[in-house]
Amino acid sequence: MSWEVVIGLEVHAQLATKSKIFSGASTAFGAEPNTQACLVDLGYPGVLPVLNEQAVAMAVKFGVAIGAEITRRSVFARKNYFYPDLPKGYQISQFELPIVGKGQLTIKLEDGAEKVVGITRAHLEEDAGKSLHESFSDRTGIDLNRAGTPLLEIVSEPDMRSAKEAVAYMRKIHQIVRYLGVCDGNMQEGSFRCDANVSVRPMGQEELGTRTELKNINSFRFVERAINFEIQRQIDLIEDGGRVTQETRLYDPDKDETRSMRSKEEANDYRYFPDPDLLPVVIDDDFIAAIKAALPELPEARATRFAESFGLKSAQIETLVGDVDMAAYFEQVVGEGADPRLAANYVLGDLTGALNKDSLEIAVSKISAVDMAGLIKRVMDNTISGKIAKEVFEAMWNGEGGADAVIESKGLKQITDTGAIEAAVDQVIADNPQQVEEFKGGKEKVLGFFVGKVMQLTQGKANPGQVNKLLRDKLSV
Amino acid sequence: MSTLLPDFAEMARALRAGKVSSRELTGDCLARIKRHDSTLNSFISVYPEQALAAADAADKAIASGSAGPLTGIPMAHKDIFCAEGTRTTVGSKMLDNFVAPYDSRVVSGLAAAGMVSVGKTNMDEFAMGSSNETSYFGPVKNPWDLQRSPGGSSGGSAAAVAAGLVPAATGTDTGGSIRQPAALTGLTGLKPTYGRVSRYGMVAFASSLDQAGTLTRSAADAALMLGAMAGFDERDSTCANVPVPDYSATLNDSLQGKTIGVPKEFFDDGLEAGCAQAVQDAIKQYQELGAVVKEVSLPNLAMSVPVYYIVAPAECSSNLSRFDGVRFGYRTESTGDLADMYTRTRSEAFGAEVKRRIMTGAYVLSAGYYDAYYLQAQKVRQLISDDLSHCFAEVDVIMGPTTPTPAFKLGEKMNDPVQMYLNDMYTIAANLAGLPAISIPCGFSQNLPVGLQLIGTQFAEGLLLNCAHQYQQATDWHLRTPVISGGAA
Repeated sequence: MSWEVVIGLEVHAQLATKSKIFSGASTAFGAEPNTQACLVDLGYPGVLPVLNEQAVAMAVKFGVAIGAEITRRSVFARKNYFYPDLPKGYQISQFELPIVGKGQLTIKLEDGAEKVVGITRAHLEEDAGKSLHESFSDRTGIDLNRAGTPLLEIVSEPDMRSAKEAVAYMRKIHQIVRYLGVCDGNMQEGSFRCDANVSVRPMGQEELGTRTELKNINSFRFVERAINFEIQRQIDLIEDGGRVTQETRLYDPDKDETRSMRSKEEANDYRYFPDPDLLPVVIDDDFIAAIKAALPELPEARATRFAESFGLKSAQIETLVGDVDMAAYFEQVVGEGADPRLAANYVLGDLTGALNKDSLEIAVSKISAVDMAGLIKRVMDNTISGKIAKEVFEAMWNGEGGADAVIESKGLKQITDTGAIEAAVDQVIADNPQQVEEFKGGKEKVLGFFVGKVMQLTQGKANPGQVNKLLRDKLSV
Repeated sequence: MSTLLPDFAEMARALRAGKVSSRELTGDCLARIKRHDSTLNSFISVYPEQALAAADAADKAIASGSAGPLTGIPMAHKDIFCAEGTRTTVGSKMLDNFVAPYDSRVVSGLAAAGMVSVGKTNMDEFAMGSSNETSYFGPVKNPWDLQRSPGGSSGGSAAAVAAGLVPAATGTDTGGSIRQPAALTGLTGLKPTYGRVSRYGMVAFASSLDQAGTLTRSAADAALMLGAMAGFDERDSTCANVPVPDYSATLNDSLQGKTIGVPKEFFDDGLEAGCAQAVQDAIKQYQELGAVVKEVSLPNLAMSVPVYYIVAPAECSSNLSRFDGVRFGYRTESTGDLADMYTRTRSEAFGAEVKRRIMTGAYVLSAGYYDAYYLQAQKVRQLISDDLSHCFAEVDVIMGPTTPTPAFKLGEKMNDPVQMYLNDMYTIAANLAGLPAISIPCGFSQNLPVGLQLIGTQFAEGLLLNCAHQYQQATDWHLRTPVISGGAA
């Protein structure tokens, strides 16, 4: 039997506010446990939540960017359950009236086709803290630094039909929130993560299969793997005569498998009700208009502009605009006077390679955009050849200074003095009479041999164009 | 003889004239507490050293001429208000060991006004009760009759002020917890408009109903205290950003032509005859003061107790979830797994009434019951609020009894929660609608004080205090004090 896969995602994007959603404590990552948890985050008796307006603005910004409905009067609700990392015994979230309503996103599939994925809603909520089981032998530690961190939970319709589509959707959301500056997108730190609802049904069947929920997946790679594992597990189960049970499952990246966390029967009744400590969030036209007016350029618009202004290949553009920091870096390089095509080649080639090798983000590149432009300009004005440029890049990456400093200190300046090149050409011709005969006999390929010899002699610094021309002139005599 | 004077104004005059010091006033309160409180049990904690230090500071302020009308006057806080560095128990074993790390807005506001807090008063556990018998620290006795309850949940504050242990105390009122004890002990008890006083630092019972207020001898005293407690506080999102008027300035306004609405539903079979008589007499007194009386109707009043006992438990079931033994307060000694720790901690540290309300609340919020109970209750709450709005289209103030009976005997209603709940049948509507209300002494029945309740429109505290003050200028019920047996007065 052939099966159809149905996937819906709940993406949790941590909003990039300085302070928490209901308190003044900092949201910075990586502090000592419990140093960024104030009395409100700790759920002390008598303290009350006060909504961070920045979080509201960021949620609306996301909604406006994807053309979704903005709820004019949204309500915070309490989701009640007991867990040690949930200090109040309830999470403040939104239930019946989320701040962002229906919307949609267009994703690009591998074959280049486009697909529209529906967005059901996006709501604001506070994150819980963290239980630390590893550091203690016989007890559990609790770190409440993360408690109260603002999250935007973006819920999709069950519109995706493969793990790859799910990844494409997740990447698209990631790209948008990063462009908007509402989330840093850092998946290692948990700022961007997702739950996946997965089910399968016989191809052509209308009714949805029983779904499982895969919790807390924090990388694009794991999303694909977890979903694929889960699809296969469900199909095997059904084909062996079993049934899928509705449950929450956890993906274990080390074992590459999902395993059951809790079934529907054990599921909590969260007893949602409107939080009486918070007023409804009322959003008026002016608020939306102001956010709309201040929206940054989004990926599609930027891609169009890059195509029009720089004449780049569409595959290059897609990669460049795919990441907001890379797009910004590229634009800065071009802005400093570098040729756009050369700039694209260097950013996507040497620079991306070096970043990947050192596992660095472009935002913390060891070569600044200004220095990168400096290097490209030396190629453009023939101070160095493309080949030498690789050496210069390497030295710049290793912190040996800007392009000019490296060229100077290593003596890599290209030789354009015709006399000097001519001397080298003459010597090479004199040293290799056999090859001269071959060339004269019509073996054009030998020219490359001569060029190589001349470059060797000039330590690669001779201008290749000039070398070629001189060789031809002299060998044709 | 006590140095306590009849009201704040006289105390302030005496302080300024150097006839008495705040240290003397405070010392006198501490002495009276020592003498009488083993009988009354109105205090959970008393802080003599801190109180005397604050009194000394007040005396300095008075000497330097920087004193306000409340500077140097002793008082007590209901033990529901967090006060930095002091134990805040909320009348519960759960927080028996809890030392608040910060000041509530009410505590800091009154301290800034120069009042001297001598300690924290007893209360029903988590403010859940109408007799002060649910307190982990034992019941409070009514100074008018030690066999009887002073009411609750602010029973400790009421008994302490009625017995003259302190001139005033704070309270909180979720369904009548200031007004009912004020009525049963012959005091003036003010519950302001919801949002008038910040709830910051006040341990929550039912967030949409809780409101801090005062228990004083007179409306004039309440006017001064409210001025120091009220006002916008950005730490409480439900606190109203509405200017605070000078409540003392309008106390002497004439009541000529003011209209008083008397809901006929207040005078039902449940109202004890002596109470009914005292209240009717008080309304006559108002007519003599120039007010016009009109009969009005609150057709949904009978629904207020059932609605309250859905909404308040729902909110409390969630509000009290934070008491889980993890970060503060009581934790069980037993070492089981996590679920075991939660269950034992909460079973061992919460009393029966608190458990009953948490269970009721969890039930009305659960899937399948939410619509039938919680949502339905919210709709009826709106109807009750609408009833009051309709009345206020015709009248300035609504008047009636505060309680159906005078103080009842300790133990009398403890085994019948519904009878206990019905004690709040006249007070709950104001909480459901978020309106200000005040109870003032208006006579006696069975030799026990009777309370007259006045309800106003949103932020009409000034008018309520004005009405109360005018009545108190014409009568002396508020000046009557009990003789406490078991200790010389």
